[in-house]
Amino acid sequence: MSLSHTLRSDPDFRRGANDMLVFGPGIAAWGLVTGMTMVKSGLSVPLAIFMSLSVYSGAAQLAALPLIVASAPVWVIWAAAFCVNLRFVIYSAQWRLYFAHLPRWQRMTLGYFAADVNLVVFQRAYPLARREPGQVPYYIGGMLTLWSVWQLPSLAGILLADAIPAHWGLGFAGTLAMLGLVYGLINDRSTWTAAAVAALAAVAAFALPLKLNILVAIAAAVTAGLLMEQVERASRRLRGRA
Amino acid sequence: MNAWESALAIAGLALVTLVTRGFFLFPRSEVPIPPWLKRSLKVAPLAALTAVVVPEVVMTQGHFISTWQDARLPAVALTTLYYIWRPGVLGPLLAGVAVYLPLRLALGW
Repeated sequence: MSLSHTLRSDPDFRRGANDMLVFGPGIAAWGLVTGMTMVKSGLSVPLAIFMSLSVYSGAAQLAALPLIVASAPVWVIWAAAFCVNLRFVIYSAQWRLYFAHLPRWQRMTLGYFAADVNLVVFQRAYPLARREPGQVPYYIGGMLTLWSVWQLPSLAGILLADAIPAHWGLGFAGTLAMLGLVYGLINDRSTWTAAAVAALAAVAAFALPLKLNILVAIAAAVTAGLLMEQVERASRRLRGRA
Repeated sequence: MNAWESALAIAGLALVTLVTRGFFLFPRSEVPIPPWLKRSLKVAPLAALTAVVVPEVVMTQGHFISTWQDARLPAVALTTLYYIWRPGVLGPLLAGVAVYLPLRLALGW
């Protein structure tokens, strides 16, 4: 009671929650569709609820579903999810910057809830990528908000799977919400380049299994960024000499 | 796979979430990350999001889009225009959905 009261009156916590809330409708549409898909692909309602609440990673859930339904060996299911989630390993290096001072169990608890949107919103609020006061309550505000706006629609989708027509294509609302998020992250030449390179790489490598095209896109964008940095440094050196 | 095996598989998936998201948060001592890597990691979420969004828009069942009569294209166009007019998330999203749903439900695009 006192903890939740302290948090709710914390300005950073509220800012974190509000910054996340604008993504609510898009995330909710996505969660609803993911919940529906779990049941429609043959998972029982109790197992779907268990999966939604415990795994809490839409892309990994969707990748693992057909494998579970087809009775694939568990190590194949886990390896598939690990590949889909590899980007989180990269993100966790970023989170270390902000959470390193916390005890290990707190770091791991905060990390468990850290989805893509959490990092994107956090980076927009703290673009300098260094430790600043208020960051942890800000993160927790967004974390609890995202968890709610994902889990409640996901549970609704599981329970109402047969009542919502699939041909509405509601999942595309989630894509449009992500598009607004992507535009918000593009603000200079290096971010433009990263987005363009990632888009091309993701489409070119789309045939790869297990959404590995996402990893290819990250690698391509990071490489392009480093190359551009080198070129700029070299041209500055040349100009300095002239 | 019976219910218990499925439950075990799902519990393992939850562990995968914890392990991947907590990967560099787990070690007690400082993990040395070179500065160039730190700088370039900043674009990783942008790249990942772009890599999720763009194929969702321009591909159908693993193939590049082959018709203009696809509700996704006008929806993305309107979302983009709205974003240029008023940056945000909710406004552009609603503008896109307002084009997408009628085209899809009435015309079957």
